[in-house]
Amino acid sequence: MSEKEKKNEQNKDGGYKLHVGKIEEGFVIDHIHAGRGMQIYHDLGLDKLDCCVAIIRNAFSVKMGKKDMIKVECPIDQFDMDFFGFVDHTATVDVIKDGEIIAKPKLELPKQLKNVIHCHNPRCITSTEQQLDQIFILTDPVKGTYRCKYCETAYKQDADRK
Amino acid sequence: MKSVISPLDLDVEEVNDLMDLGSRIMADPKKYSHMCDGKILATLFYEPSTRTRLSFEAAMLRLGGKTMGFASADSSSATKGETVADTIRVISSFADICAMRHPKEGAPAVAAANSTIPVINAGDGGHQHPTQTLTDLFTIRSLKGRLDNLVVGFCGDLKFGRTVHSLIRALVNYKNVRFIFISPKELMIPDYIRNDLLIEKGIPFEEVTQLEDILPRLDILYMTRVQRERFFNEEDYVRLKDFYILDKKKMELAREDMLVLHPLPRVNEISVEVDKDPRAVYFKQVEYGMYIRMALILHLLELDTGI
Repeated sequence: MSEKEKKNEQNKDGGYKLHVGKIEEGFVIDHIHAGRGMQIYHDLGLDKLDCCVAIIRNAFSVKMGKKDMIKVECPIDQFDMDFFGFVDHTATVDVIKDGEIIAKPKLELPKQLKNVIHCHNPRCITSTEQQLDQIFILTDPVKGTYRCKYCETAYKQDADRK
Repeated sequence: MKSVISPLDLDVEEVNDLMDLGSRIMADPKKYSHMCDGKILATLFYEPSTRTRLSFEAAMLRLGGKTMGFASADSSSATKGETVADTIRVISSFADICAMRHPKEGAPAVAAANSTIPVINAGDGGHQHPTQTLTDLFTIRSLKGRLDNLVVGFCGDLKFGRTVHSLIRALVNYKNVRFIFISPKELMIPDYIRNDLLIEKGIPFEEVTQLEDILPRLDILYMTRVQRERFFNEEDYVRLKDFYILDKKKMELAREDMLVLHPLPRVNEISVEVDKDPRAVYFKQVEYGMYIRMALILHLLELDTGI
């Protein structure tokens, strides 16, 4: 059996099971809404990392039906946990060291986001004075609504992402 | 030091105190005519305005103070690319208080964050216009005798009309106020007013397109102009600008004690024939505006008004 075949061994029903190797030090973002994995990959700047990153899309989940997962083999310290919470606060994060889960930090929507997202309102002062920090305030924690600090325009997930 | 950027920067008690002070000034303006001797108001108007700028200037002059500033972005360093933050840092060295109008939403908030003098938002794009709100509240309270138990109709451009948004925010603080919004579909109130304020607070409101149907139910009719400068598309502006015209015939449907307010300038939305109707109070509103701005200037300069 070839190496590839060993990794993707045949299931009883004739399909193949995908294996992604265990990581020694890093973190796993699990329970990401299916289809949002790539977006999170870019939002977190994982495409700029030199370490090993695995994105699993549409994995089976008892709770969610389908989910995305991201495994990153580098220390989590360099990432802003608030930003994780904003990107997908229903996701979970497992921090791994020496191959073991050492922490499961709770993700919450941050009260304020600074220079994470941009205001889409062409009438906002930030559209002309681009040196201003892009500050968004969490105005509705239940619905996860963020509004521009200056013009109060609500941030729309799809339209306003950088 | 306090700035007023949004109507929410003043709580109900402060607003009531300002209106009380405004009434006292209106009753005896002479008493207050030297309260701002030696003080300077800077009027930084990056967008043309007649009433608001002159109202602020008249307010300061009638308090004994002086004014300086510019009336359009063309005559300011904004044409050289100076930021709002830098401009206000400079103006803070010259003046004691500042009123700013800017076409970009949030500009006065940026100014306030970088200022060492009180900043009053005199209108920022389609966003907020707190002194117009104070004017409207003061007019209603002075002429109607109350700010609670009212049915208030807003008609026209409710999407970009900043005076509308600010007044709604202020009126929700008073008991038993109901709103009726009359607008074409394209100019309905924005979500942050409908969902985050009215629905959230359980305030009763209706959205309709016909003005005639609801006129008999109103205590206050707040008319607005469809503003050309808020449209990116001239075609849409032309299509919507004359959607509502309040004329003598429609006024016959309204109650005898209904008041018609308008932030001015009026274009076609109120026929000139309505001006003579005693219920049309939009020119009186301008006078109330000056007195409430006098009260606000005194309040923000923390001058003792206990004459």
